[in-house]
Amino acid sequence: MAPVACSGRAVGCLARGLQAEPALKKYDAIVIGAGHNGLTNAAYLAKSGLDVAVLERNDYIGGATVSRELYPGWTYSNCSYVCSLLRPELARDLELPRHGLQVVPYGGGVTFKRDGDYYGNYYDHNRQYREMARHSKRDANAYERYATDVMKQTRLIRPYLLRRPPDPTSLKLRDLRDLLGFARSFTEMGEEGLADTLKFWTKSVGDYLNEYFETDVIKAHLGGTGVIGTALGVYSPGTAYVLLHHYMGDVDGNVGSWGFARGGMGAVAGALAKSFQAFGGEIICGADVDRIMVSHGKVKGVALRDGTEYRANIVVSNLDPKRTFLDVMDESDLPEDVVRKAKNFKIRGSSGKLNIALDGLPTFNGLDQNSPLMLGDMHFTDSLERLERAYDDWKEGTWSKDPYVDMLIPSQTDPTMAPPGKHMMTVFVQYAPPRINGGEWTDADKAGFEKSVIDQIAAYSPDFRDLILHCETRTPREIEAEVGLTEGNIFQGELTFDQLLFNRPFPGYAQYRGPVRGMYMCGSGTHPGGGVMAAPGANAAREILMDLRRPDVVPGGYADD
Amino acid sequence: MTSKSDQTMMLRTPFHNRVAAACELNAWGTWKGYTTPTAYTDVELEYFAIRSTTGVFDLSPMNKYRITGPDAEACLNRMVTRDVSKIRVGRVGYTVWCNDAGQVMDDGTIFHLGENDYRICAFARAIDWLHWCALGFDVTIVDESDEVAALAVQGPTSCAVLLAMGLAGLEQLKPFGLTTFPFEGATLTVSRTGFTGDLGYELWIAPDRAEALWDRLFEAGKPHIIKPFGSDALDLARIEAGFLQAGVDFVPAESAVRNGRSRSPFELGLGWLVDMDKPVFNGRRALRREQAEGSRYRFAMLDVDGNKPAQHSFILKGANKVGTVTSAAWCPTAKSNVAFAQIEMPHGAVGDELVAEIYYQRELQWTRVLAPCKVIDAPVFNPPRRRAVPPGSF
Repeated sequence: MAPVACSGRAVGCLARGLQAEPALKKYDAIVIGAGHNGLTNAAYLAKSGLDVAVLERNDYIGGATVSRELYPGWTYSNCSYVCSLLRPELARDLELPRHGLQVVPYGGGVTFKRDGDYYGNYYDHNRQYREMARHSKRDANAYERYATDVMKQTRLIRPYLLRRPPDPTSLKLRDLRDLLGFARSFTEMGEEGLADTLKFWTKSVGDYLNEYFETDVIKAHLGGTGVIGTALGVYSPGTAYVLLHHYMGDVDGNVGSWGFARGGMGAVAGALAKSFQAFGGEIICGADVDRIMVSHGKVKGVALRDGTEYRANIVVSNLDPKRTFLDVMDESDLPEDVVRKAKNFKIRGSSGKLNIALDGLPTFNGLDQNSPLMLGDMHFTDSLERLERAYDDWKEGTWSKDPYVDMLIPSQTDPTMAPPGKHMMTVFVQYAPPRINGGEWTDADKAGFEKSVIDQIAAYSPDFRDLILHCETRTPREIEAEVGLTEGNIFQGELTFDQLLFNRPFPGYAQYRGPVRGMYMCGSGTHPGGGVMAAPGANAAREILMDLRRPDVVPGGYADD
Repeated sequence: MTSKSDQTMMLRTPFHNRVAAACELNAWGTWKGYTTPTAYTDVELEYFAIRSTTGVFDLSPMNKYRITGPDAEACLNRMVTRDVSKIRVGRVGYTVWCNDAGQVMDDGTIFHLGENDYRICAFARAIDWLHWCALGFDVTIVDESDEVAALAVQGPTSCAVLLAMGLAGLEQLKPFGLTTFPFEGATLTVSRTGFTGDLGYELWIAPDRAEALWDRLFEAGKPHIIKPFGSDALDLARIEAGFLQAGVDFVPAESAVRNGRSRSPFELGLGWLVDMDKPVFNGRRALRREQAEGSRYRFAMLDVDGNKPAQHSFILKGANKVGTVTSAAWCPTAKSNVAFAQIEMPHGAVGDELVAEIYYQRELQWTRVLAPCKVIDAPVFNPPRRRAVPPGSF
């Protein structure tokens, strides 16, 4: 497939504003969705010299990496709110710092207990040991073993983030070579290491943590990340991997560290967009894609709901697999098994979000306002049992009455989020089902959900309620409607082993190529999954460029060793 | 100094009580006989205070000399390579000074405090050299290193912090500008200078007002997120900003024992500080000869592939060693792997592609990588806010 120059006639048509005749501008490639992966993918295609357009349904870009000012003077990271997995190789290569991105690490975290005490997960290891030992000396010591074991698993998986997953059924040389490398990494782990790996990928986070720790609050603090964004409970098999997924990122080489994108997560998308535009790319907002046009098994372009058509021989979908195959593609253009697999794809909504403008810094029971723990992630669920019960509500078709929250006050670290002395709070909430008792979320349901979260925070912070100036509440209904994530699933599909690596999104289509020639996928629904990594977008670009027989401009991953 | 030398091994700066209270890591280093922190709580977080909010660094041990008298300008002009007459009252100038062989003795800043009144801040002790340079000039030279306490206040919210502290009008101060404010019965001198490459100021105050200054600063800074930082974070910031460190990136000429180990300003990439139009200054003849005959070395800023800092690396061209790295770091804001190197001529021109031979260790096992690197023409970090007048509030 050779790249095609854009048609001059189409430009003329647009200039004359001939609405009746659909625009015929032809691009080399069109990316649907200006999320961070769509923009990354487009940036690499444009860097390679292709004429690329990104079509975005909203009037603003970013998808789930978005910042908006909904209350004057306050910036919210409306969806994703912290950053760790964004690959430094891509940030450097696409010159994202020059385009305005800065990721500032934050430290630590805290889980408040119902008895008035708390567990402080200090950033500093010595202090963290001492704090753990306050609850259990044995746990404090076991944590060292736990940290080593988790690091072994991140070391195994990190080299595969910026690579396409090898197809185990393929006899192609590249796949065989990749598989061999994969096998070698596994063999190096040894028999015990391999057993650990399988355990990690299949076990529940609860069972995994029970092997190391005896203290409820410590297990609850560490276990929360095992269910974030996942419609599973801490005792559901497969959740240990979700925990690993949250550990495998890094900030400047500090594996497991998390940071804030200065100015909000929209800074990630903003910098990617500028990088893309610096390579000559074009972003078209307000472009609501109706369908990917296919003819004779080949992609021809996309048609918008307003009738506008954009032609391209390559169309890349940043949408989740369900939206891609069941919404913007016509069933008759697809193999029957793809439609079935897309229907069966697990992308269950499990979470909601509150973004709150605060008139000052709230105080929390038993915690000094100057404590470094205030700077980290805060939680109010002090046992795995409560986490599991929060999941019970989801299964019952309602939001958790005792929700698990991952709450941060980024304005203590980032001076751009709120006026001096004022604060912005981001509250990730689990669980919130995609539908309430089988029906749509109503405004009353949304108010109930919001109340359960605010009540919980207020139970630990006496002045919190009085400091609230504005609150944006997002249930799966809003996340799906505004961001386009099916059921409001933040990862574009659950991160369980059956949907990872060569099974993501489904077997046979895990190397970013769709079932139709010229059609590709680049969203978090592909390997290595969600979490604002930008790796799926970059990996997909590499495959596209390979198919076009163009030089690879996508960097490989840094080696940890 | 009034105390006998055996009373204490390390001196304490006028801010020591406050610094010690904040230095949770007890990570102390030494700086010209003073005990100063290498880190307070966490190097990364301190570095990000400089780059995202406001960081405060105690630079009291800096050598400071006051040069006054009718010949002050002429004396300094004789000593340093820059044209001092161009540094107007209320301005600060960065410069180097050389020995007779045109080799850099030190770099520093000249503060033009008033008519015939200068202060020079230097890395190395310079009172002896100043006296030699003053021969025949009508000047008075005073070592006021211990008489002036100083804090660097650096970062994007630093102007907002100082405005909140009551330094009205500071937002109009230009880079390398200098101004004064009354402060609790004394004079607070503020210069828009620093060693971080970011928006930033340096505050100069009498030692007996030091603690009061610290307290006022941190109180005013709280809503703007203020944090003290140690020398490790400073090192990271200055490498990212492309600043040389005397004693690290070059050997001060008069302390070099081995012949050929010192460097000229041209060899340090500091030729822009040399004003050959000046008829007389120390080292001029030698520098003129170097211009005619060519330099031996070239300072190169390298963008190194991968994420392993090229500390202490050899730099190769093909199979040949052509240089060594003097400073290197993974730069967290610029997301670049930067190294400063001394490269043998004719190598090291901008765009030159070289290889860094990097050694690093993982769990006691050493690994060697040959990382391609490229000579870049400008520092990787140079934000517009550094020059903006007035600077924004963040």
